[in-house]
Amino acid sequence: MTDILKNGEPVIRVVNLHKSFDDNQVLRGISLDLNKGQNLVVVGRSGTGKSVLIKCLVRLILPDAGSISVLGKDVLTLPEDELNELRIRIGYLFQEGALYDSMSLEENLLFPLKRNRPGLPQKEMQELIRIALENVDLAEESEKMPSELSGGMRKRASLARTLILNPEIILYDEPTTGLDPYTSHEISELIVRIQEKYSASSIVVTHDMKCARTVSDQISILHDGQFIASGSFNDLKNHENPTIRNYFI
Amino acid sequence: MLEKDTGKKPVDNLQDFFFELADTIRFAGRATREIFRKPFEGEELVNQCYLIGYKTLALISITAFIMGLVLTLQTFPMLEDLGAEAELPGLICVSILREIGPVITALIFAGKVGSGLGAELGSMRVSDQIDAMEVSGTNPMKFLVSTRVLATTLMMPLLVVYADAVGMFGSFAGINLQGNVSVRLFITQSFQDIMYYDIIPATIKSFFFGYAIGLIGCYKGYTTTGGTQGVGSAANSAVVISSVVIFIIDLIAVQISELII
Repeated sequence: MTDILKNGEPVIRVVNLHKSFDDNQVLRGISLDLNKGQNLVVVGRSGTGKSVLIKCLVRLILPDAGSISVLGKDVLTLPEDELNELRIRIGYLFQEGALYDSMSLEENLLFPLKRNRPGLPQKEMQELIRIALENVDLAEESEKMPSELSGGMRKRASLARTLILNPEIILYDEPTTGLDPYTSHEISELIVRIQEKYSASSIVVTHDMKCARTVSDQISILHDGQFIASGSFNDLKNHENPTIRNYFI
Repeated sequence: MLEKDTGKKPVDNLQDFFFELADTIRFAGRATREIFRKPFEGEELVNQCYLIGYKTLALISITAFIMGLVLTLQTFPMLEDLGAEAELPGLICVSILREIGPVITALIFAGKVGSGLGAELGSMRVSDQIDAMEVSGTNPMKFLVSTRVLATTLMMPLLVVYADAVGMFGSFAGINLQGNVSVRLFITQSFQDIMYYDIIPATIKSFFFGYAIGLIGCYKGYTTTGGTQGVGSAANSAVVISSVVIFIIDLIAVQISELII
């Protein structure tokens, strides 16, 4: 499906992105490239615009200026129908999971399948759901409602829903926030396992440095609406600039 | 709960009001356009008609019955003094069909369904469920809003007809508490003076009541901000605004039907 991309072209390219809310300038000229198969982690303190950045990538938020290209398509100028087709190729894990309250876990996974793969036989859909739930160790919980699941289970269930359409890119918004250290580690390990299995490219937005260390190929630090450094976990941890090192304490 | 003093001047509030009005009109345009755009969300529409219509029946039944009964019990002594008891069924019937049935049903509907829509979509908004739907390639405006607005528009007239019937039954019960009137006599006296213009304008305005209630509930829920407090506020304002709009529509409908008839 990525054949429209020229050789070596990044799957996501963001150039000079700006976004303000009233007088609050959240993003001030962000640029980034995400290559195929790469895991980019964006770290930064709360309120620095990490979530705003990935919401702009799927046009949940419209930026004030800049350009965004995802899988070779200009996200900001795409007509709605084409944007929806593109969105199906991108998985998005929300901070709180965003499972549909009124549906059981199985129905949560069935919903995107029914809507985006309408020709798929029922049996095949059930099989895909079973595999997706097994991947996140929730095969036994398929009949449960979201309110019956723990925080970690909800995150995993949401990840299963994200994976059900086999996305080429996965965007994780604070995947470990609000979880205990053990469950956080479990989710981080799960993200790595899923990257290996689905060979998707991903952007993980987090302020959890343990998670960043586990899942990252590359880390970019967002500070005051701008990237102030990029590199591997170890490079940045031993960086000469104390502001950057402070993120790793 | 006491409302906080926002420190806004009246002119700012007026400006906010017009901004919100413009936003609501834009929202209404989008929601209405999506109703007619393919693919149609038939399954969700049927589901919403069931939830919105069928599940409101019990409440409508109780209120409509009491409304007919009380109206009869209150009116009977006055007509008895004038020696015009025989006019009572016709009078009650006209009142219920023309005005009380549609308006009371719409107010009950706004209280139950309007607030429900505001709370449902509001909680979906603040917990990112609407965004999740959007990024998974589903148009939430079509799937969530248009289906609900169409369901309220279609269900409202049916509920009004049903409430009218139950209200008349309540009236029959009320009359029989005062004396003994047969069903046949009651029906004959009720409908002898009923004309098409007693029924048609009331039915048409109930479509508009349903549309307004669905639209306002969905708008308030869909545009909710501010977490759980925002959800409560969305549900509350959905009911308040819908109730006011019901009376405005009623006023306009009466003026138009007077002009036409």
